Amino acid sequence: MGTELGNYKLCISARSTDKEILKKAQDGGIVTQIFKYALEEGIIDGAIVSGPSDEPWRPRPFVATTVEELMKSRGTRYNISPNVSFIKEATRSYGLDRIGIVGTPCQMQAVRKGQLYPVGLRDVPDKIALAIGIFCMENFPYQSIKQLVEDHAAMKLESVKKMEIGKGKFWVYGERGQVVQLPLKVTHKYEQPGCHVCLDYVANLADVSTGSVGSPDGWSTVFVRTKKGDDIWSKAIAAGCFETKPIEQVKPGLELVSKLANEKITKNQKTVEERAKFGVNKALRNPYISPK
Amino acid sequence: MKDNSVKPEEKPVPVKADVEKKAVVLQKEDKPVADKIKVGHVHMSGCTGCLVSLADNYGGLLTILDKYADLVYGLTLADVRHIPKMDVALVEGSVCIQDKISVDEIKETREKAAVVVAVGGCACYGNITRFARGGQTNQPQHESFLPVGDLIKVDVYIPGCAPTPQLIRNVCVMAYLLLKGNKDQQDLAKKYLTPLMQLAERGTEACGCDLMYDVVNQGLCMGCGSCAAACPVRAITHEYGKPNVNREMCIKCGACYAQCPRSFFNFDVITGFEGILEAIDGALK
Ligand SMILES: Cc1cc2nc3c(=O)[nH]c(=O)nc-3n(C[C@H](O)[C@H](O)[C@H](O)COP(=O)(O)OP(=O)(O)OC[C@H]3O[C@@H](n4cnc5c(N)ncnc54)[C@H](O)[C@@H]3O)c2cc1C
Ligand code: SF4
Ligand code: SF4
Ligand code: SF4
Repeated sequence: MGTELGNYKLCISARSTDKEILKKAQDGGIVTQIFKYALEEGIIDGAIVSGPSDEPWRPRPFVATTVEELMKSRGTRYNISPNVSFIKEATRSYGLDRIGIVGTPCQMQAVRKGQLYPVGLRDVPDKIALAIGIFCMENFPYQSIKQLVEDHAAMKLESVKKMEIGKGKFWVYGERGQVVQLPLKVTHKYEQPGCHVCLDYVANLADVSTGSVGSPDGWSTVFVRTKKGDDIWSKAIAAGCFETKPIEQVKPGLELVSKLANEKITKNQKTVEERAKFGVNKALRNPYISPK
Repeated sequence: MKDNSVKPEEKPVPVKADVEKKAVVLQKEDKPVADKIKVGHVHMSGCTGCLVSLADNYGGLLTILDKYADLVYGLTLADVRHIPKMDVALVEGSVCIQDKISVDEIKETREKAAVVVAVGGCACYGNITRFARGGQTNQPQHESFLPVGDLIKVDVYIPGCAPTPQLIRNVCVMAYLLLKGNKDQQDLAKKYLTPLMQLAERGTEACGCDLMYDVVNQGLCMGCGSCAAACPVRAITHEYGKPNVNREMCIKCGACYAQCPRSFFNFDVITGFEGILEAIDGALK
């Protein structure tokens, strides 16, 4: 295993000990549980999360300052939620001095770029108290999810209870017990194009990152990466927030995380290279080299 | 065992017995004043918001002036009438080409400064002064305002309206490391400043439309929301995850594009965010 998993101090399989959180969490309820703990302990004043909106399964970023609000953000909505759009507003209208934020690996990249190059983020860099990353292979525009669920899985979006990508399939669970699986071959073409140059699978730049891959159903794989992350994670463990298992003792384990991370990075690195000779002596932009 | 019990306030003094009577330099002064860099603030047509942003580093600014930089030129801040030789010129504002003094001063700045930094949207891109067309009292004939880069070569861009105290601070620290640091520090500073130098090479026009031209149209947008967060006039919203710019509101400051992780993302620097932020923090203590 090389750099594909990023720097980390600890990798572990975990699950929240809070039954309420687990009822609607996507996996082990790691994200909601850490934010709940950090909020109650005053480590953060609030968290930028993604919750439901006025359209079914369309996410809407918002600032949660109570546990009640946090609970509304549980679960994954597989389409774009511009969480970082709130990062300055959280320090303004909401008056947060210590911000929590959850996001995909690209959103963690946005947060760290924002701290090192705060072009339009006055006074934000020092206020990021806890950045939680979620693993991510790809994301979709809302209209893609609608098309996948309604046209391909023949279900109404309103009647879907949960969506999940795992074990090589896109799973749609209905409110009344029906389960439809779509092969990823079908979903691929609906992905948002920006994901195809993405070189991070497990949110390497987060304080703590988590996802389902690597751990058994209902459990999550957790990477604790920074000093801040380590500090909060160990306090949360001491406070009994999580059950844990050594990652070496769970199936399928870290090897699968590594394999998927490498697959994603290799595939997308190739796309980045192909963009360099996309036209006839004309290249598409490469953000990893220059803003030009 | 030796008795080395000391009360906390009586720190043991590390003096060897045989040189007890002589003065011994145990440690050289850690603020070698001679090694400070010379910085100037050159004011073209801007609202002084950029200078206020620099000042908004409060204690950090005092540390910068104490340890790293001498302010050798600056309206209201340093009593110097003519642009002196300096290491770094921080230029604020665009240049009115109908004002001979401004034009002469900006050219002189280029001659006198080793590194020219355009600070703020007006210096980089014209920003709000792009919409000027003269007619204002006192000097109604002053109607054409150009970004600094249209008249002289600019080395580094700090876009934004106003530019943030933190980005100005980071660039100042990195400029110091580049000119006075050890080899590793110079390498880091070079890597850190590279994208801001590339922005300067990229050109003197900016607009919210850049998000369309150079991110969405290029198949690079992933809907993070940074652009909307960065916009000082809230011209950007997200519609189903993608930026939508209200072009009537855009003042052309360039913050959105520069903030976007898909304008530039230099892994070799940003991956080290934890250490770099700690180092900058430490440098300003
Ligand atoms: C687009 C996407 C792709 C993913 N791909 C993978 C994958 O390939 N492998 C893997 O192991 N895990 C993947 N995940 C992560 C996984 O689905 C869970 O989100 C993660 O395990 C956290 O679960 P939890 O039970 O700890 O969190 P919960 O306590 O259920 O909380 C979920 C959190 O995710 C946030 N969230 C929900 N939707 C979004 C969104 N669209 N954008 C940003 N934040 C959101 C919510 O704000 C909430 O705070 C993906 C997530 C997303 C959003
Ligand atoms: S694949 Fe990458 S770019 Fe796409 S949503 Fe996930 S982290 Fe962001
Ligand atoms: S900052 Fe860039 S990648 Fe993020 S939403 Fe805006 S245009 Fe898209
Ligand atoms: S859209 Fe906003 S951030 Fe972008 S250039 Fe215009 S004013 Fe500046």
